[in-house]
Amino acid sequence: MNASNSISISSLLIASSLVLVTLFFSYWQKLKLEKEIIISVIRAVIQLVAVGYVLEYIFGLQNPLFITLLLIFMAFNAAYNASKRGKGIKNGLMISFVSIAVGTIVTLVILIFSKAIQYEAYQIIPVGGMIISNSMVALGLCYKQMASDFKNKREEVETKLSLGADILPSSIEIIRDSIKTGMLPTIDSAKTLGIVSLPGMMTGLILAGTSPVEAIKYQIMVTFMLLSTTSISSFIACYFSYKGFFNSRKQLNYLK
Amino acid sequence: MSLLEFRNVSFENGGNAIIDNISLSIESGDYISVIGPSGSGKSTLLKLCSHLISPTSGSIVYKEKNFIDYDPTKLRKSIAYCFQTPYLFGDTVIENIRFPFSIRNLRIDQKRINELFTMFYIPADYLNKDVKILSGGEKQRIALIRTLLFKPEILLLDEVTSALDSENTKNVEEAIVSLNREGTTVLWVTHNLEQSRKFANKLLTIEGGKIKSLEVLR
Repeated sequence: MNASNSISISSLLIASSLVLVTLFFSYWQKLKLEKEIIISVIRAVIQLVAVGYVLEYIFGLQNPLFITLLLIFMAFNAAYNASKRGKGIKNGLMISFVSIAVGTIVTLVILIFSKAIQYEAYQIIPVGGMIISNSMVALGLCYKQMASDFKNKREEVETKLSLGADILPSSIEIIRDSIKTGMLPTIDSAKTLGIVSLPGMMTGLILAGTSPVEAIKYQIMVTFMLLSTTSISSFIACYFSYKGFFNSRKQLNYLK
Repeated sequence: MSLLEFRNVSFENGGNAIIDNISLSIESGDYISVIGPSGSGKSTLLKLCSHLISPTSGSIVYKEKNFIDYDPTKLRKSIAYCFQTPYLFGDTVIENIRFPFSIRNLRIDQKRINELFTMFYIPADYLNKDVKILSGGEKQRIALIRTLLFKPEILLLDEVTSALDSENTKNVEEAIVSLNREGTTVLWVTHNLEQSRKFANKLLTIEGGKIKSLEVLR
């Protein structure tokens, strides 16, 4: 395969026969998934075609303000999704937005200053997307862990409060536990990079004709930036959100 | 003068009145035993005293000042609460003993620790013991020591001898009596009727969230 060549329409049509394999299994095993498979394939094709044209248009724009607005839009959407995971987290949307925004800004600034990337749409949008979506997943995990810890470790928190501790020392174990939960998937995936998986970005570069040694450099950069973003976002989100589990009299709220 | 006063205090949770319009005056130096059937509101009464929950109506007054006018953490440092099920955090005993010092930004007072370890018959080398291997009675005594490192003005005890054998129950009772003699006001929830009348000067009986009786014993 000549990777640098673009895939022709006829190649795609032949590849679409792979969908028939899936349909065959569904029919043969009476999984009753045929309708869903067809709908999902049609949706995937339409969405990807649309996003392809949108990205081509966006990448053509050289206006930094537009790129920034797009990043804010992406961060807001991610914050909205993350906050939905955090039932019981007060001001979840605001906290998530600030955490994701700070994590993204710090990481992007370092990448731009180190000249790893440039502030141009075709670089910033995909890289920013990776950072933001990773933060979103990390925050969702942090919130879930925090809400469950405040419910299950009520005794520990109240014991510490009853000794006269403020809400931070009473919750510090829960905060640490939640930050850790947010960061662990990124750390774990960094550990197994190249051994268990060749990540999407590296695979994409290799398929596009970049030499594996060159693609590795990008992947190393991506690994560093994801580690930095998840730690910054998880840290900010957890330190802002634990307070919402207490009332103004420093009493633990009842969780349903 | 009352040290702690409940003025028409009620506490409701999910529409149920757990404490129902209680008025009570606790004098400085009192040793009050609190008895009553399970679910009568005894533990909730102690939680209200330690300001871990607030009344849904009525007010609690400490030293002639409403609870809500105090900084909650300062209040809880004066009114110590020892739970029915002792919760020891961290890995070792020392982490539990260090905690009350660290929240006050103070260095560990080894003399005070030794004093309390002797008082509750805990060997000195227990400081480095893993909390997971301690017996229920040992955990309860360590929790008591943790609560008493800084002498509280009021000590709230919730069935703290329920996991102890008779020998250790006696030791804890003696320690609490001696603290009461030194001026600590004690509010002790117990199921043990004999224990409730042994040392207390007042016996408070709670039923259905209300005060059934307040008997002066001595």
